Amino acid sequence: MGEQNGLQVLEDGEGLHPQCDEALDEALRDFRLSVHAWSDAACNRPRTALAPAHRRRVWRLAAGWALGCALVAGGVSGGFYEHHQREMKIAAARAAEQQRLAAEQRDRLAKEEEEDLLAKVDRDISREVPSAMEPLAQLMDEDETR
Amino acid sequence: MPEANEIAAEEFSAVVTRHRPQIFRFLLASTRDMDLAETLTQECFLKAHRNWASFRGESSAMTWLMRIAINLQKDHWRNRRMQFWRQTRTNAVDLDEASEWLPSGESSVEQQLLARERVGQVWKAVESLSERQRTVFLLRYVEEAELSEIARATGLSEGTVKAHLSRAVARVRAGLGGKR
Repeated sequence: MGEQNGLQVLEDGEGLHPQCDEALDEALRDFRLSVHAWSDAACNRPRTALAPAHRRRVWRLAAGWALGCALVAGGVSGGFYEHHQREMKIAAARAAEQQRLAAEQRDRLAKEEEEDLLAKVDRDISREVPSAMEPLAQLMDEDETR
Repeated sequence: MPEANEIAAEEFSAVVTRHRPQIFRFLLASTRDMDLAETLTQECFLKAHRNWASFRGESSAMTWLMRIAINLQKDHWRNRRMQFWRQTRTNAVDLDEASEWLPSGESSVEQQLLARERVGQVWKAVESLSERQRTVFLLRYVEEAELSEIARATGLSEGTVKAHLSRAVARVRAGLGGKR
């Protein structure tokens, strides 16, 4: 690339006349020399093999974090799932127990009703003998003893 | 055929030796990050090596390499996959540190301080430029490329390059406290 002073190129148009602007010219020159000095120093700095290792370390670190996050997320969601399943089982057992108790209650009530009914029937049909029939009843007893 | 390959390899090796410092310098000025500039420089020459056979010499090797470097730099910042890793931007040195580098020729301490201040002001103005303006500015005033070369390296027309350069210089001038 060329060696021509850059400021000359912009003489025409845009109202720029940098060749008149010594401060700008000087600043741009210093800037260029500064970047060149920095770049030369960076080029000549001692190289180590740390760069790829550093990159590998960064990737490893990132992978470690990702794996860690996945494990934590998995553990937490697994725990929640397990807890949810246990809750479901407990609720189902409770519901079954309640159903069983309700069925027992129903059976007991039905049995009691039946017993009441039978007792009522017994009461109804085993009435006392009317007084008008008393002598006849005594005669029947005597026959039997004889 | 192996001879042709050897010749091509030697040619490419010479190109790397000749142009590497310039490509690195441009990328360093663009990113202010030594590690990133080195990585992108390596990628630039790797890409150039892969496509060396297709280089037909329509432009100079430097312009061709610079075009690859500019595209790599753009890709680096725009690539979505890299966004997560943009924290690497923090590796960029700050403006004060970048201004520390001065040519050793300055005679007095006062001159050194003034030069450092000027360089710092230019860095500040350069940071405020758009990506395209910055590229054009650095190619012109750091690499001292001609407008036609900048146009070829950036894929812009000369008129557009001139317009970007003009705006960039105006901003630098304003940053230095001058009038537009």
